Amino acid sequence: MQVPAPFDYARASSVDEAIALLERLGPEARLVAGGHSLLPMMKLRLATPEHLIDINPLESELNYIREEGGLVRIGALTRHRDVLASEVLARHYPIVREAEELIADPPVRNRGTVGGALCQADPSEDLSAVFAALGAVTVIRGSGGERVVTMEDFHEGPYETAVGDAEMLVEVRVPIREHGGSAYEKVKRRTGDWATAASGVALWLDGANVGAAGIALSAVNPTGIRSTRAEQALIGRPPSEEAFAEAAALAAEDCNPATDQRGPADYKRHLAQELTHRALRRAAERALAS
Amino acid sequence: MQITITVNGEPRTAEAEPRTLLVHFLRDNLGMKGTHWGCDTSNCGACVVLVDGEPVKSCTMLAAMAEGHEVRTVEGLERDGHLDPVQQGFMEEHGLQCGFCTPGMMLTARALLDSNPNPTDDEIRVAISGQICRCTGYKNIIKSVRWAAEHGEEVTA
Ligand SMILES: Cc1cc2nc3c(=O)[nH]c(=O)nc-3n(C[C@H](O)[C@H](O)[C@H](O)COP(=O)(O)OP(=O)(O)OC[C@H]3O[C@@H](n4cnc5c(N)ncnc54)[C@H](O)[C@@H]3O)c2cc1C
Ligand code: FES
Ligand code: FES
Repeated sequence: MQVPAPFDYARASSVDEAIALLERLGPEARLVAGGHSLLPMMKLRLATPEHLIDINPLESELNYIREEGGLVRIGALTRHRDVLASEVLARHYPIVREAEELIADPPVRNRGTVGGALCQADPSEDLSAVFAALGAVTVIRGSGGERVVTMEDFHEGPYETAVGDAEMLVEVRVPIREHGGSAYEKVKRRTGDWATAASGVALWLDGANVGAAGIALSAVNPTGIRSTRAEQALIGRPPSEEAFAEAAALAAEDCNPATDQRGPADYKRHLAQELTHRALRRAAERALAS
Repeated sequence: MQITITVNGEPRTAEAEPRTLLVHFLRDNLGMKGTHWGCDTSNCGACVVLVDGEPVKSCTMLAAMAEGHEVRTVEGLERDGHLDPVQQGFMEEHGLQCGFCTPGMMLTARALLDSNPNPTDDEIRVAISGQICRCTGYKNIIKSVRWAAEHGEEVTA
């Protein structure tokens, strides 16, 4: 029987209280949201927090998807199932539903949260690539107030984020931009598995040319998921097979996959190229139709 | 700590460590062995119960996190001496052999039919995709859920 090591348990009744508890209890305290990354790590003693602060009572404060002021704002305690079901997100960013359909399985999606997914910062996590491709920013709150951090700066390394000891992620903000299209492509060994490789892509047209692009890969980099050179290769050119092939090749060249039980590094690099190419094609079709 | 959870409509209280997982709270603290427990790693789905009507893997939820919520287990499927249509369906269509995955499968089926009374086979497949059956195979499980969808009203009547 796998059970976590003993800890003290507290429920937060507001974001401010959660932050005050983190401050008072110090670095041995951890927040628990869906618990679907943290509890398995605690069972394996990969994490041994002395205090767990349960933020699930903050549903009314932190579970929301709101369109306002040219943004879609997603609360940190929004569950995967809510993200999957959201018509607002599906309408503005088809990449979101495509990725969510392939994240874990329905019972896991009923618990796992956006905040937990991003803060876990697993290199194979999918939503980080989605939000990075879309140019989203995160909102981090501490007792001194809020700060806004881009997805690139949010990810400091595998399992490391910009969120400080006594801070929490409260929101993700995704800009709404016109003439855009997006898509997600993922290869995994079976339903419910993490990615062997995945690519998230967003394109915005400026007249007949690509005006802006976001390309972010999952499971093929220990850290740093945006493919800047690949993005640059598209900008100022019409969306074409030739441009996509060039960008996809750059994305594959710049990634740094590891050989593991999901496959050898060169196979994953091949996937990075092919998946980026396919996602670019579909994102461009959507941008042209928008 | 003292933990009170509404299980199958009744508040149940027991003393348990904060680290107690919901599956063990149900099985060991409350003595309700209907909920099975297999992989311990949120992969197999044997431990699925409904929390506020939604399937959840109870090996990956603390019992303390379920306080104040409604948990439904396989023991709560039967009502007033009548099997739930899902239970009938599993009997009629041979939806089980060893029965290890069955409590979780039936609860997921119940949750699906509550929100979508006439699901397609694909919708049933997606719903049970987080749960593993190692002996019956999924075809009969899908048929069992279909049976419940088609006969639900007569059976409950
Ligand atoms: C079987 C299985 C399969 C999975 N497959 C996939 C997959 O294919 N793709 C994928 O992307 N994910 C996958 N996941 C991960 C899952 O979907 C969740 O994203 C993940 O569990 C994290 O969310 P959580 O709410 O459960 O986080 P928790 O486990 O509660 O927390 C994770 C970490 O984040 C911290 N944290 C949580 N919320 C906050 C916050 N608001 N502010 C600061 N820190 C916070 C916690 O302290 C902890 O360190 C899988 C999980 C399982 C169990
Ligand atoms: S025992 Fe919970 S998913 Fe296997
Ligand atoms: S009936 Fe034996 S595992 Fe499904």
